[in-house]
Amino acid sequence: MTQVTSSGSAKVTLPADEEILITREFDAPKHLVYKAYTTPELVSRWWPGQRGEMQSAEIDLRVGGQWRYVMIAHGEHEVAFHGEFSEIAENERLVTTEVYEGAPDGSAPALNIVTFDEADGRTTLTILMRVESREVRDMIIDTGMEGGMQEGMDLLEQIARELA
Amino acid sequence: MARAATTADTFNAVAEPRRRAILDVLAGGERPVNDLVAELGLAQPQVSKHLRVLREVGAVDVRDEGRQRLYRVNGEALKPIHDWVSGFERMWSERFDRLDDVLEDLKREEQGDDAGDE
Repeated sequence: MTQVTSSGSAKVTLPADEEILITREFDAPKHLVYKAYTTPELVSRWWPGQRGEMQSAEIDLRVGGQWRYVMIAHGEHEVAFHGEFSEIAENERLVTTEVYEGAPDGSAPALNIVTFDEADGRTTLTILMRVESREVRDMIIDTGMEGGMQEGMDLLEQIARELA
Repeated sequence: MARAATTADTFNAVAEPRRRAILDVLAGGERPVNDLVAELGLAQPQVSKHLRVLREVGAVDVRDEGRQRLYRVNGEALKPIHDWVSGFERMWSERFDRLDDVLEDLKREEQGDDAGDE
């Protein structure tokens, strides 16, 4: 069932109240993982996962440069994120802010520290998300399984009510 | 008997780093307080206090054996937390599965370049 090249699932841990750590090993050298992570056309292929289609991905890969991803989730509503790079070490490390555009105004952006570590031709990708509070962290975790589903269900319920 | 603790209570109790450390040790098997004290390098009153919080939310169970009280993890109580995080984990797994495909293409392109006519 499992592909030979598959490196298993992502590992998510909560190292601190304001942190989420995501790690995953890939069967590819780090310059390719970095490329897939920073090239708009390639990001568009993987970032939506199974939750929708990418509408646009812009990446201005330089310190102070902005990025913005827009996904159409479930063919219905738009989900957008943007941020700014504060550190770029090609093939090694990226530091960027991340703002969910649906978050309440005044929320502090998350800080994402992304590292690419290669050993024996395989690369461990590590994303450390730092947020302002445990509440924000929990909200981000909430978007996991139920988030998208729940929004879809709410929408259905709303439509059903309008039709009734 | 009264066990009104919610998932949120459990999660908050488990969010404390030293309590997570205690759970990590207990995940390896049932232990008396003294073991935890020795292993974690914390004072006994501190460990006891954390264990009390963990017991209140049902994350840890205790039983007496002779003169010892043995603590163990209650996996059932921790499962909702695991599920909660695993939803988020699944979202990233789905992304990364697609990233695997992108990487396969990139590797093929690169090999193609090297081999010239492959």
